[in-house]
Amino acid sequence: MGSRPPVLEMTGIRKVFPGVTALDDVDFRLLPGEVHALMGENGAGKSTLIKVLTGVYGTDGGEIRLGGAAVLFGSPLQAQQAGISTVYQEVNLCTNLSVAENIFIGREPRTLGRIRWAEMRRRAVELLARLDLTLDVSAPLSTYSLAIQQMVAIARAIDIDAKVLILDEPTSSLDASEVAQLFAVMRRLKDAGVAILFVSHFLDQVYEVADRMTVLRNGRLIGEYRTADLPQMQLVARMIGKDLEALEELESQPRSSARELERGPLIAKAVGLGRTGGIAPFDMEIHAGEVVGLAGLLGSGRTEMARLFFGADRADTGHLEIDGKPLVLRSPRTAMAHGIGFSSENRRTEGVVAELSVRENIILALQAARGWTRPIARRRQDELVDKYVKALNIRPADPDMPVRNLSGGNQQKVLLARWLITEPRLLIIDEPTRGIDVGAKAEIQRIVAELADGGTAVLFVSAELDEVLRLSHKIEVLRDRRLVEELDNTDDVDADRVMRTIAGGVAQ
Amino acid sequence: MSFVRHRLFWPAAILVALLASNIFFSSGFFSITVHDGHLYGSIIDILRRSAPLILVGIGMTLVIATGGIDLSVGSVMAISGALACLLIGDLDNQNSVTGVLLACAAGIALSLVLGIWNGALVASIGIQPIIATLILMVAGRGIAQLITDGQILNVTSAPYKVIGAGYTIALPVSVLIAAGMVAIAVVLTRRTALGLLIEAVGGSPTASRLAGIQARRLTIMVYVFSAICAGIAGLIYSSNVSSADSNAAGNLIELDAILAVVIGGTRLTGGRFSLAGTVLGAVLIETLNVTTVSIGIPVETTLLFKAIVVIVLCLVQSAAFRAKVLRRPSRVGASA
Ligand SMILES: Nc1ncnc2c1ncn2[C@@H]1O[C@H](COP(=O)(O)OP(=O)(O)OP(=O)(O)O)[C@@H](O)[C@H]1O
Ligand SMILES: [Mg+2]
Repeated sequence: MGSRPPVLEMTGIRKVFPGVTALDDVDFRLLPGEVHALMGENGAGKSTLIKVLTGVYGTDGGEIRLGGAAVLFGSPLQAQQAGISTVYQEVNLCTNLSVAENIFIGREPRTLGRIRWAEMRRRAVELLARLDLTLDVSAPLSTYSLAIQQMVAIARAIDIDAKVLILDEPTSSLDASEVAQLFAVMRRLKDAGVAILFVSHFLDQVYEVADRMTVLRNGRLIGEYRTADLPQMQLVARMIGKDLEALEELESQPRSSARELERGPLIAKAVGLGRTGGIAPFDMEIHAGEVVGLAGLLGSGRTEMARLFFGADRADTGHLEIDGKPLVLRSPRTAMAHGIGFSSENRRTEGVVAELSVRENIILALQAARGWTRPIARRRQDELVDKYVKALNIRPADPDMPVRNLSGGNQQKVLLARWLITEPRLLIIDEPTRGIDVGAKAEIQRIVAELADGGTAVLFVSAELDEVLRLSHKIEVLRDRRLVEELDNTDDVDADRVMRTIAGGVAQ
Repeated sequence: MSFVRHRLFWPAAILVALLASNIFFSSGFFSITVHDGHLYGSIIDILRRSAPLILVGIGMTLVIATGGIDLSVGSVMAISGALACLLIGDLDNQNSVTGVLLACAAGIALSLVLGIWNGALVASIGIQPIIATLILMVAGRGIAQLITDGQILNVTSAPYKVIGAGYTIALPVSVLIAAGMVAIAVVLTRRTALGLLIEAVGGSPTASRLAGIQARRLTIMVYVFSAICAGIAGLIYSSNVSSADSNAAGNLIELDAILAVVIGGTRLTGGRFSLAGTVLGAVLIETLNVTTVSIGIPVETTLLFKAIVVIVLCLVQSAAFRAKVLRRPSRVGASA
């Protein structure tokens, strides 16, 4: 493998943002026909390296060679034309355009300038079929979930005839089966000689698919390794720059809570709650101190269910009871007044306000609940913000930094902190660990477990079944926008059991 | 050179340049003299002329920060001035201070109602701000004409004249009023959480809704505030000329106000806003108007001159443009 010349070679790359050195003398090589994982904690500089390479940012030093020739792209379009196809971490598609238009935007099949719509749609369908997806390609992209949107972005990228394919956290909101599809496609491309750069915080995925990896820490190159030569534990140690104690922390994650939980009082109860096109009517109870996990495939209605508990969408059948009293959730505001908090899976459009600072984003929900006439005193703000910047290891730890300048994982932490400081009685978290690195993930799981111990009810949605199993007392299994079973998370419940229920293979 | 990065650096630099260029044409430009305890001079004059634009501008700033726009400010100015003049004209004694104050209060109160109207169209009915306020922009001049019966209403009220043309504590009253309203706006937005919530709504309406912010109430508030500011500006304008002219009052001021907001670094898409920036922008625009006269730009080309200064300002304010001009031409594509 080492004998082939790299298709891409970056040397001595430097990128400085005001106050932050995002990349400092980083070297990176990508060989043809390999899957190369770029590893590092949140804020290590992975996305920045990709953006420097593809012309989103200029460099402050260093050289980029593509196929042996020095290049410097002025824009992502130039990079694409030179044979680098990229899916950025924050998927930026036009959600008001159709799926097919999004896939072919800028390279529509044309005759004499006119777009051949039928062909475009047909090719879009074929392409999505390669990822095992069947969508209505003329529907606006906004009608699909974030995970589907991510798949569409991937479909677009793999269709572009490229020497280099870059996927920045493509799997962050995908389920196991989509990931498997994606990996199959990646392997095919790799065999065809495409060089693939892959970023993920899921170590298992990295070990499954990557041939080599490059580790970054705090914007510096730590090293380049063959996956086979670097055991998982050593990789983690290199990423976080600490040895044993940090690893122990990972090991001592909260183990399953199958034990008979002393249930607190009933907090929320859904009675025939449902929404046409979102989730079929269901009944569910959430008690204080209980973590209820939602499991199901992509598009099974997990997010839709969670949103009804917050009034993010309005239910059109059934009702919700809070503390035993029926409650109509007209808006999130009503839910918040009853001590419910909700962190959306879509941090970019429904979560953080990009141009506001870390501090402002963190206090936003609490401030909204208090109303504009009762500003939170600056000293109190500092206390709250400092506490969670430390607890969640938000970096850079500068409360006045606009959130836009934070790495994806750090933005996610900010969003979570926003809801944690409101101290809700029922916390609904949809994909809270999306794009979060191993260390912070363990911390978030610990926080969720602690909240539950302290009497908070938690509704927990994650595409990662392991996480759901580890944290939940009770698992609600969804299939085809319907609640199909409620499992007590006892010792005999494992991933297999849940998967079988999801697939519909358990005869009860 | 971190001050260069300050977002108000470039407008401030252009303002200084404009002021400096005046000195070549009228040597006494920067001199401020004292007559009867009042300050006089070109600078004071610019401030006095800026007062209505500053007022309208700060209201516009908050509206734009929520992602909206208010095109009706000129009409609101005309209506408030018309009502005040009508009421003053009906007074037995036009020099009655109470009567004048009541007339002004009525003008402002009517503006407030008009603000509620705008806010309700935008926030409750969900009409796009540009359309919603266009309604009042067009209809408002008609309302003002109705009030004045299609005439230009002249008043001869000394107390009323004070608002637009009078002096107190050595400064023009209109400047003090504008300063007062700026102070109120700053306190209202920055001493409470109002500013943050407005910026959140403008920055991301969806995220704000899910954070529990009640955008509807905030939206109505900013349109009301904008209308009140415009109402006061209308009083200043009509007081200055001692008459109510439904067509001339606040004519095209919405465009200057939007320009002032943008020069001040608040983006039209909403989000972060800067009241200080808008004040700077308003003063800059008035300075530009004064400069075109004082350096003797022919009347036919005044607008062209203004346009050129505005374009230059927009270009130097754009980081992308500066980068393009300053950066050495970069190698692009596979050029080796
Ligand atoms: N536009 C920007 N302005 C200022 N700082 C930035 C900007 N973009 C990134 N940074 C900083 O550069 C560093 C690296 O960020 P980057 O997005 O590359 O991290 P990452 O490794 O992709 O992390 P994650 O796993 O969370 O996606 C971070 O400290 C981030 O705050
Ligand atoms: Mg990233």
